[in-house]
Amino acid sequence: MSAVLFFIAAIIAIAGAIGVVMLRNPFYSVLALVIHLIALAALFLLLRAEFVAAAQVVVYAGAVMVLYVFVVAYVGGEDEPLTRGAAALKILGPLFALAVAIELCIAMLGSALKGISGKGAPYVIGFGTPEHIGRLFLTKYLFAFELASLVLLVSAVGAVVLARRRRGLEDVDEREQKRFHPDRPGYTGTMSEAAGFRRAVPVAPSEAAGAGNGNGHAPEPEPEPVGDAQ
Amino acid sequence: MAIGWYLVVSALIFCIGAAGVTTRPNPLVILLCLELMLNAANLALVAFSRMWGGEDGQVFALIVMVVAACEVTVGLGLIVAIYRRRMALNVDELNELHG
Amino acid sequence: MSPTTFGWLILLFPLLGTALIGLSSRRLGGRAAGWIGTGAIALSFACAIGALIALLGRSEAHRELGSTLWNYDSTVGVDASLSILLDPLSVFMALIVSGVSMLIHVYSVAYMDSDRGYSRYFAYLNFFVFSMLLLVLAGNFLLLIVGWAFVGAASYMLISFWYRRKTATRAGMKAFVINVLGDVGLVFGTFFIFRHTGTLDLLGTFRDVPHVFTHNQGDLVAGCLLLLVGAFAKSAQVPLHTWLPDAMEGPTPVSALIHAATMVTAGVYLIARMHPLFEQAPAAADVGAIVGGATLLIAATIAIVVTDLKRVIAYSTMSQIGYMIMGVSVGAYSAALFHLMTHSFFKALLFMAAGSIISAMGGEQSLDRMGGFRRALPFTFICFIIGGLALSGMPPFSGWLSKDDIIAFLDHRGGAFEVLGIIGYLGALLTGIYTFRMIFRAFFGKPCEQARELEQGHPFHAEVPRNPQTGEEEDTDVGFPGPDHHIAERDWPMKVPMAALAVLAVVGGVLQIPGVDDSIARFLAPTFADSHLVRDVPSTSADWLGLAVGAAIAITGIAIAYRIWIVKPGTSTKLRERFAPVYTVLVNKWYFDELIDFLVVRPAQWSGRFADSVLERVVIAGGVTGSVTGIVRAGSAAVRRAQTGFVRYYAALVVVGISGVALYFLISSSG
Repeated sequence: MSAVLFFIAAIIAIAGAIGVVMLRNPFYSVLALVIHLIALAALFLLLRAEFVAAAQVVVYAGAVMVLYVFVVAYVGGEDEPLTRGAAALKILGPLFALAVAIELCIAMLGSALKGISGKGAPYVIGFGTPEHIGRLFLTKYLFAFELASLVLLVSAVGAVVLARRRRGLEDVDEREQKRFHPDRPGYTGTMSEAAGFRRAVPVAPSEAAGAGNGNGHAPEPEPEPVGDAQ
Repeated sequence: MAIGWYLVVSALIFCIGAAGVTTRPNPLVILLCLELMLNAANLALVAFSRMWGGEDGQVFALIVMVVAACEVTVGLGLIVAIYRRRMALNVDELNELHG
Repeated sequence: MSPTTFGWLILLFPLLGTALIGLSSRRLGGRAAGWIGTGAIALSFACAIGALIALLGRSEAHRELGSTLWNYDSTVGVDASLSILLDPLSVFMALIVSGVSMLIHVYSVAYMDSDRGYSRYFAYLNFFVFSMLLLVLAGNFLLLIVGWAFVGAASYMLISFWYRRKTATRAGMKAFVINVLGDVGLVFGTFFIFRHTGTLDLLGTFRDVPHVFTHNQGDLVAGCLLLLVGAFAKSAQVPLHTWLPDAMEGPTPVSALIHAATMVTAGVYLIARMHPLFEQAPAAADVGAIVGGATLLIAATIAIVVTDLKRVIAYSTMSQIGYMIMGVSVGAYSAALFHLMTHSFFKALLFMAAGSIISAMGGEQSLDRMGGFRRALPFTFICFIIGGLALSGMPPFSGWLSKDDIIAFLDHRGGAFEVLGIIGYLGALLTGIYTFRMIFRAFFGKPCEQARELEQGHPFHAEVPRNPQTGEEEDTDVGFPGPDHHIAERDWPMKVPMAALAVLAVVGGVLQIPGVDDSIARFLAPTFADSHLVRDVPSTSADWLGLAVGAAIAITGIAIAYRIWIVKPGTSTKLRERFAPVYTVLVNKWYFDELIDFLVVRPAQWSGRFADSVLERVVIAGGVTGSVTGIVRAGSAAVRRAQTGFVRYYAALVVVGISGVALYFLISSSG
């Protein structure tokens, strides 16, 4: 019975994977991945990993994929040709992926990987339950647990920073200039002046650094950035 | 079922994902294929955890899920930012970080 | 307190003065820096007197004291330590140095008043006095060399004090380079001697010299000749003398201090201190005497034709130091050191008076433009007269007794040294001529425009400050002389030291009158006790004969000058035309500058250009670094081609890599 379920779930998973890669509309790719994830959850259940399977469905298929759907809806997915760009890549990529697949299969189905026993360890009651996993998280893998939460925080902040709305492309440069290069009296010797990035604003001679007697430069009309550095 | 079969499935999914990453030009789809590869790794981890009888593999699979979620977040944020700047969503044209 | 404690204090005060003035220069106002500097040197002088009294309180046999403050553990067998030597010679020199320095500090307080670099000046001056005192008090070769080098550095800093003047900075560099040449000679000479004695300590070396070296042994002669190179560079003897006239670019008190009284006498001190070495290697001492005599004559001849007031006095210094070098080379130690003392008095006095008259001229230094200052600057005139008479050797001034003491000793030694004695008398004649040429041209005759204005009561003030040598325009800001000019008649800090030195120039000779007293010789006796030359002194009657001849010659010289410049005013021009080739040689300073330029400077510049164009550009930049960078660049260009910017390409490479790794493991595990 479990063999039948295994094959059904495996075939659906592989079909979903192929669908992700081959479907032209990105929206359909996302849907294919959702199907793949649910099939994988079934496989997890067959391996008696109930908590992981639940997490897979709730977090992965439920939250992450919904995020994907939102983004695809925002960005818009048109049908697009399958491969553009270097012709060599069209061959190279799939070819070597196939090579890796063959190697791994040889390794596992042949006698190359000796460490794989047949059915697995004897079943312990409570294997895969949230209780066991929770205990492991809070004792043996506490550090990884905390780090993972930190990573989540960082990525959340990063995502906010990346995607926040600016007020349009036109005024960004000028306001950035004012924020990062405020007006300053001339000849105060900032590197911007030295590198030619901005010209000096002339001020009253008493304020200028003691440059001796009257080595005056011709005054410029107003401070302006000379242009971005390449 | 022998654990080996699960590993074969995992290998196949991984290689399909790798092929997709190298083939599709749309960054969204590339991210999806990355998810495929991560899931393949998850499957392998859980399979091995069943083989040895300890839940360490499952714990690690959960951590991988967390990391995948974070990576998706940041990657999608990048894609949204690129889209907002009205640049083409095509990794072949986003190629200015080169030597 | 013991003499050595006083010795350390003598060194401490100027060092503290420098540090204090240097570190607080922003906050000191007015003349505070000047008085702090003067106070430091005054304390040092007081300690020098204390050391003198303490030393005299001991018996004659126990007057050579060393004191070590810190022993750098012997490295490679060199016994380096921070030690000073207090004996009559060093106390004598310390007294002269600190005493004359103190007077010059007081003079400078007024002279440099409106200069923007006032604090810097006094910091440098204090540092100079510290280094000179370190030199004379050093108890081993190491500290001597350190003091020697510091003195050179201080001299550089002070000569190029007005650093925005190109002539001044060039003069400073010239002086420093020639001094460094002397330093090299000094260090090598030390090495030659150290190789045999194995110790750097002065007293230890002197004790070992008769045992370690034979008479005129090659290494000793070489070492002494190298020491002489050092002495000649520092004391401006031929051929290393070209820096001294140019060094007049520094402020006048600097010229008074270091180019009249202290730094240039360091060479004389060196030979006197190293007398055991020189007496064991008379060949080197003879070289010293000959060079001294040659310098004496050459400098005196040049001084007759030079028109810049300060340069006349500079050449005069060179000439008088020639006397001293001759003296210490032949064994007339106390006579030469006596002349050192009196010379510092009247030469510093002459320089101070020159500073006064140059101020009255508004910065102008050329004798051609001066004239008739007798009524406008009476005090300066008297000081000039006193200094000039002392310099010329007119009785009863101090210069007469000291200079003719040396010449009498030379005559007494006889043989070839008689020739040097005759050269000495010839030099004395020329001394009288050029000294009074200077005085007559500056103070007699029709008053020049500046003198007339001063007689009315207001000092001359040039509208545009100018470089006195080249005439180019300057301003009075940092790095140039200040706008005010101070003359002795109006500023008491200038008047008091000049008066003190004038008194000393008149009565200083009292210390060593032949037949009456010889306090200097007796005081210095413990230092020179191991000398076999010093006991052979001329008799009193021979001394008095020499003094009489010297006086006659001095009067003759003054009379000649009087005739040429006062009685018949056009005589000098007629003489110049009649002896035109001689005049040309003298005016070009015997072509020494051109010779050194041809022999040394041009080859150095050529080799520098060669090194730059061939060695630097072709070999090093092209060959060595060029090849390395070329390889790296080519390599990185090749590797850079993997960075295409296509993400999928990178991913594909990763997949290729994975397949390779998997293949490897497959093969290795199945094999």
